[in-house]
Amino acid sequence: MAIAIPTRQARTRTMPRLDREARAGLLFILPWLVFLVVFTTYPVIGTFTLSFTDYSVIEAPEWIGLDNYQRMFFQDSSFWTAVENSAFYAAVSVPLRLVLALLLALVLNLGVRGISVYRVIFYLPALVPPVAATIVFMLMFNLDTGPINVGLRALGLSPPDWLRDPVWAKPALIILGLWPLGIEVLVFLAGLKEIPQDLLDAAAVDGAGRWRRLVGITIPLLTPVILFNLVIGVIYSFQVFTPALIIGDTTGEPLESTLMYMVLIYRNAFRYFSMGYAAAQAMILFAAVAVLTLLIFRSARVWVHYEGGER
Amino acid sequence: MSQVIVPNTGQNLTQQPSGPQIQRLAGELGKHALLIIVSIVFLVPFYWMLSSALKDNNQIFAFEPQWWPNPVHWENFATAINFPGFPYLRLLGNSVFYAGAVTIGTVFSCAAVAYGFARLRFPGRDLLFGITLATLMIPPIVTFIPTYILFATTGLTGSYAPLIIPRFLGDAFYIFMLRQFFKGIPADLSDAARIDGASEFRIFWEIMLPLVRPALIVVAVFSILYTWHDFFGPLIYLQDPMSYPLSLGLYAFRSQRAMEWALIMTASTLTVLPLILVFLFTQRYFIRGVAMTGLKG
Repeated sequence: MAIAIPTRQARTRTMPRLDREARAGLLFILPWLVFLVVFTTYPVIGTFTLSFTDYSVIEAPEWIGLDNYQRMFFQDSSFWTAVENSAFYAAVSVPLRLVLALLLALVLNLGVRGISVYRVIFYLPALVPPVAATIVFMLMFNLDTGPINVGLRALGLSPPDWLRDPVWAKPALIILGLWPLGIEVLVFLAGLKEIPQDLLDAAAVDGAGRWRRLVGITIPLLTPVILFNLVIGVIYSFQVFTPALIIGDTTGEPLESTLMYMVLIYRNAFRYFSMGYAAAQAMILFAAVAVLTLLIFRSARVWVHYEGGER
Repeated sequence: MSQVIVPNTGQNLTQQPSGPQIQRLAGELGKHALLIIVSIVFLVPFYWMLSSALKDNNQIFAFEPQWWPNPVHWENFATAINFPGFPYLRLLGNSVFYAGAVTIGTVFSCAAVAYGFARLRFPGRDLLFGITLATLMIPPIVTFIPTYILFATTGLTGSYAPLIIPRFLGDAFYIFMLRQFFKGIPADLSDAARIDGASEFRIFWEIMLPLVRPALIVVAVFSILYTWHDFFGPLIYLQDPMSYPLSLGLYAFRSQRAMEWALIMTASTLTVLPLILVFLFTQRYFIRGVAMTGLKG
């Protein structure tokens, strides 16, 4: 058995050991390679190919060219309804979540006592499975007896019948989506803890007030975390499924107002078994998410501050 | 130096309160008032779930909302556990099995793959890792349809196999997270072991894994949470209601008995409870885990 003591002269002889290392490395990542081939590459190509076919699982797929896309864009009003619903959901919920989570994190970061108690309270809702959370909120939103409307009435307002009103059902979905906001709060809080205290102290010594320190130091140094929450938020909000399905079923009750894009794909794929059509809609979602994240990362060059200019 | 200039807070409260101190006290109260209001908002749904679980249907929809159930229907829990449409203990067992299997698979596969990416050199490594990160942007539904067809043609739908098998091969997010940890371990440790003739597998198993144990627990905690929450996968793949995990069982229960709100709330409470208990004991890891996801991202 050769014991290779790595000296300078022995560099050339270490080549076989490198090979051994490479073999071991490939062996370690082998499961993931299998995953990337079988559960990523093959299905992505599969979805792309299926999107040009008519396929009901029972019969063999039939090549129909661009018919699925044509049907989607020009004949299927549900498609546009779902696009509008999901766009509305994302456009309202993503900024709302970012702002609220950031505000809560900033307050928690002021050095309040009992912060660990607040932290637990804030993340507790994130533990509730979405199915249970949605069902609980169906009672919360009840017209007469739900605590939300009882509260609003106490404020002198005349609240809507949230889940039965096509105008208010989507805002209700956005509101119930805010319940697990604590996750984002914790992410922001962790980011705030990384901001060097000396920097803030130095600014305070130089006479910068709370507001100046927040706008001039805290927010810029937090932009990488804001970017992270923004990207995750956008990707996630376009794929809202569970609450929309439970509240609106596959038809998006009331009046297609909760027909989210993922519900539409689910309906086509697993209720109607129009796999080809659903695949085409999945490709559109893929493209939309890809373009949006690309745009966000592009814009990040302007507004995200990276310390030391790395990455 | 800065300590001299920035005044200490809260230490001179026994002395005569000066103007700035009163101001600081008011600020402190304001912060707590805000946080307590927000906390109540976050807690009301929990309270409503619990209190509704102890009411009957008439009480839930009583004209004057009952903030405290009167009378308290403790027997709802016994009823829900034995209710025909909601075999609780069976569903709980299914959820524990599902979460357990996925978590074991995830922890071991991701640890091994992350170790490979972090500590061993092989051709194409960085490219593969880049691809791994890129896959995080793919909406799961894009890969879901052909994967479903694949499992359907192999006759594995209707079982947990499609939900568990892929998780034994890794997960891009956890691989990414664990790789950061393996990279943080000094190279001397593995080099010394290598010189002593230890195999790469032994180095991984006996030296590296124990060192990243806290990170492995974070992955396990997240994996349990994710699996317990998972609704879409079981909804597509499982057919026999006796094989459902809790989330899907609760959904099925509500779909069939849409009017039994009191029992549905009891069932919801029973679905949430095990997770809350687990996480109150592991919250240290949970908070640390959330912190890691944001920072390393």
